[in-house]
Amino acid sequence: MKSADFPFLSLLTLLPLVGALVVALVPRAKGELAKVLALVWSLGVFVLTVIAWFAFDAGGDRFQFRESYAWIPQWGVSFTFAADGIALVMLALIGLLVPLVILASWHDAEKSKRSVPAYFALLLALESSMIGVFAAADIFLFYVFFEVMLIPMYFLIGSYGDASGQGRKRQYAAVKFFLYSLVGGLFMLAAVVGLWVVGGKTFDWQTLSQIDISDGTERWLFLGFFIAFAVKAPFFPFHTWLPDAGGAAPAGAAALLVGVMDKVGTFGILRYCLPLFPDATRWFAPYAIALALIGVIYAALVAIGQNDLKRLVSYTSIAHFGFIGIGIFAFTTQAGTGAVLYMVNHGLATGLLFLVVGMFVARRGSALVSDFGGAGKLLPVAAAMLFFAGLASLALPGTAPFVSEFLVLVGVYTVNKAVAVIATIGIILAAAYVLWMVQRTVQGTPNPALDDVPAMRRDLNLREKVVVAPLVAALVFFGFYPKPITDVINPAVQATMADVGKTDPAPTAVHAEVSQ
Amino acid sequence: MHSTVDLSRVEFAPATGLLASVWLLVAIPLASAAVLLLLGRRADKWGHWLGVASVAASFVLGLAMFFQLRGLDNKSVELSMWDFIAVGDLKVDFGLLYDPLAAVFVLLITGVGSLIHLYATGYMAHDPGRRRFFGYFNLFVAAMLVLVLGNNYVMLYLGWEGVGLASYLLISFWYLKPSAATAGKKAFLMNRVGDAGFAIAIFMMFALLGTTQYDEVFNGVGAVGQSAILAMGLLLLLGACGKSGQFPLQAWLPDAMEGPTPVSALIHAATMVTAGVYLIARSNPIFSANSTLQLVVVSVGALTLLIGCVIGAAKDDIKRVLAWSTVSQIGYMFVGVGLGGAAYALAIVHLLAHGFFKANMFLGAGSVMHAMNDQVDIRRFGGLSKHMKITWLTFGTGWLAILGLFPFSGFFSKEPIIVAAFTGEGWQPWVFGTATLLGAGLTAFYMTRLFVLTFHGPARWTEDVKHPHESPPVMTIPLILLALGSIASGYLIATTVPGWLESTLGPNEQGHSVLSHGVLTFLATAVTVGGAVLAWALFRNGTALTEQPAGPLVTAARRNLYTDAFNEAVFEKPGIFLTRALVWLDNRGIDGLVNGLAAGVGGGSGRLRRLQTGFVRSYAVSILTGSLLIVAAFLATQMGWLA
Repeated sequence: MKSADFPFLSLLTLLPLVGALVVALVPRAKGELAKVLALVWSLGVFVLTVIAWFAFDAGGDRFQFRESYAWIPQWGVSFTFAADGIALVMLALIGLLVPLVILASWHDAEKSKRSVPAYFALLLALESSMIGVFAAADIFLFYVFFEVMLIPMYFLIGSYGDASGQGRKRQYAAVKFFLYSLVGGLFMLAAVVGLWVVGGKTFDWQTLSQIDISDGTERWLFLGFFIAFAVKAPFFPFHTWLPDAGGAAPAGAAALLVGVMDKVGTFGILRYCLPLFPDATRWFAPYAIALALIGVIYAALVAIGQNDLKRLVSYTSIAHFGFIGIGIFAFTTQAGTGAVLYMVNHGLATGLLFLVVGMFVARRGSALVSDFGGAGKLLPVAAAMLFFAGLASLALPGTAPFVSEFLVLVGVYTVNKAVAVIATIGIILAAAYVLWMVQRTVQGTPNPALDDVPAMRRDLNLREKVVVAPLVAALVFFGFYPKPITDVINPAVQATMADVGKTDPAPTAVHAEVSQ
Repeated sequence: MHSTVDLSRVEFAPATGLLASVWLLVAIPLASAAVLLLLGRRADKWGHWLGVASVAASFVLGLAMFFQLRGLDNKSVELSMWDFIAVGDLKVDFGLLYDPLAAVFVLLITGVGSLIHLYATGYMAHDPGRRRFFGYFNLFVAAMLVLVLGNNYVMLYLGWEGVGLASYLLISFWYLKPSAATAGKKAFLMNRVGDAGFAIAIFMMFALLGTTQYDEVFNGVGAVGQSAILAMGLLLLLGACGKSGQFPLQAWLPDAMEGPTPVSALIHAATMVTAGVYLIARSNPIFSANSTLQLVVVSVGALTLLIGCVIGAAKDDIKRVLAWSTVSQIGYMFVGVGLGGAAYALAIVHLLAHGFFKANMFLGAGSVMHAMNDQVDIRRFGGLSKHMKITWLTFGTGWLAILGLFPFSGFFSKEPIIVAAFTGEGWQPWVFGTATLLGAGLTAFYMTRLFVLTFHGPARWTEDVKHPHESPPVMTIPLILLALGSIASGYLIATTVPGWLESTLGPNEQGHSVLSHGVLTFLATAVTVGGAVLAWALFRNGTALTEQPAGPLVTAARRNLYTDAFNEAVFEKPGIFLTRALVWLDNRGIDGLVNGLAAGVGGGSGRLRRLQTGFVRSYAVSILTGSLLIVAAFLATQMGWLA
């Protein structure tokens, strides 16, 4: 059997689901067993992801690992999986992040006084649905995973999240998260069904990407998908659920929520809006860019003013999604590849930032910036990690996010100077929110209240160091050598740009010289 | 192309032999930084010596490579290591360029850097964070070497941000001190404003020429229109102003003195702050292509050199006087690179000479602070020449060097810039020449004031200072070596460096100045001696111990010419207000609006509020069930419609 014929994608989707069932069956008293089982299981998924990564031929077909099983043949619904380079890098990100999140969440479930095995089963169930959503090549299947993904996250936030205010905060946040996503999803559902009607009663992506749709219909269908994805990503002004959800979720779940799940929005735009509705995409692009650009500046300014570490990180992510948005809708190779690379790098950097913030919050028992101050004196290693994650988040050269931000901006500049210049102001604001947060949290006169908190005297332990080390290493390595990722992304992005019918502009000065 | 051979064409040869290991220059201090920062307390005992050794090793290697390069015909060799960013038509090389300009910077950074590292082993001997300090210090050296050795603008930007990071870490080294934390943040943010300009200039290069590699950009400049050249150059200049503390981005540099004194000497005097001069000199094909651009650079330099002098004359903090002096001296260098032509090399000559004498004086200031219980107020110094002979004599050579008196180095480096400023046609030589001449007089005044108040006149020490002691040899030996450099380097550098740099900076042909060379030498010497004598006469008997009421100019100078107040009123306060307003808006307006919409779609605006009061899960499940029912119903209708 050739490696490309191996059913990677269905196995990757099923494996964590089976793991979730197994872990859920562990008796409530045996929490430690559930944790170890979940960790080992997620590591197994990671190994399979790595094998799939090497089995993927970056120079080969756009979609690989294709599998198709009949599901509801009368409706044209099938279990079809396939991965392009964009999906592959997201699968790799999930594979890497989930074990680290499980390890980072080791004691998080105990504080909630709820079932420990259920918490880790939910994390694995979430992993399964997230893999499914990226691996699906049938639009109905994609929609199902898109909605199913909400359920484990809903319970992770609602049952295991921040318990301040008698649990009201987390319940409010969980419901808000659920409603926003569901309402967005209903728009998509309408468009999915509409597409099925105009596309000849099939949900197969390959078939649907070939059909011609009249302008008016195409714009409505685009809008249905786009609203769902803009809520999910989220883009301004659909973003207000994210600070609540990110602020109330346990740190590990928040890292997955912002690091991976929200990328389904930008991934969906790339996979569904651009290739299926190219004319509508070009028509809507200026509006989408406007929303994304507002997000870059607006969310960064709001982030500066936050006094809650987890909400602050959530707002920084909204600003980052703005960068991804302008990268996608600029329709150049650099901007598009930069946007996808941004999705990966943001997962690593913000994932790390959320996990490190979680380590601070777990010690202090509060996420409020004003409850810290001078914490670097007590927790030098944790403070260094917070600072490093902050640097990666502000896209300092030498860390991976610089490469993606640079690619987005340089690519956007070649087609729209004004947008690139305004977005570049975002890099100044990013420095402001990161450095001010660092200053108020770990620098300055130590907050005397910290001395009364025994946990604040324990710097990172071995488990926590094992959590941060791979992310730090990856952020530095890909900061200097992004080629392994860009080589996988680039062909898929170029194919997507070809779908939209756009090519890169030639250098203007050189072009002028040649034409003379 | 009209001719087959174009002499002005930039071409780099591949690096071979010893020069193929040019990457080691960066790798050695970087590896040392990694060891010091990752090993943690385990490296506390010996870490500082590793730090010194790594920079010294880079210096020795840099010296060997310098001699290797001298023997080559094409003195620009390139080493491509790997594809840094390769997407579509964008190809950024992770590569190094070792050419005459890079070579002199390598020697300055590692040579002066080694001496300052050595000094710091003594200066930081009693600081519990010494190992961390050396880790950051080595990281700085590595980043600065990337900055000067990169073979394209993205590599330059990588080093540029790297030194910015190291500068931030070292300014806020004592991070529990609020003023240090604030100063570090201020430096980083003001630099980011400049960096944004620099970044946009790089985007322009790619959009116009499809490349960011030096050789391809420089060879393509001829095809770029004048307005695009002007825009690109102004953006690069904005970056240069941020890094080099030039108007209007100068306010961070004096605050950067919150860092330990060796940091001020190495980063905020000798090397990093001159990166803006390097950027313009490196980009000379761009700047030489547009005369308006050059005029702006000269104007920024001339204005900043005067601002630095005026404020420096009103300050009483020994390190801040030196910091404003640095701002002012870099102004001279900007005048040089702005004038272009032969003055490019003159700016680099002054940069090298300044690296010696300013590092010398900063380290001298650190030695004085050690003797005076870390005080910095020159009003409470005085009479130290009797107690700290080596510090006094070495600081004295630095003082004479910055004044520019024969035979000290400033004479050979500053005066040629004054002559160059008086060269040209129209009003410009008179305005810029006069500014540089005036600056020379003011420099003599404020530096003499500093020198006299510190080392001469009556002792005005605070009560806790009993017996000021000279510093240990580990600190005085670097002082002596830098002082020797302040004497000997001037003539040596001024006679050799301009010729050496010709292949990078263009032919070294001087124009005719509007006043003769002899007249200008006389005038420069006259204003310098005049300024020095005036200061000596005013301050030889000491000064008031507290701030005295003064006229509007002195008051303005004490307040940094109100530039901080301006920044606060125009950027900081409105910025904070805007941030707060948006937070409020986001929590009330946008959230409320979208919540209302969402609840409306969900059915009834009161529902979301009711949700918070309980039965959340059952509600969520009912929504899910409901939506699945909708799906099923929708599909069923479709089926029926099909059938």
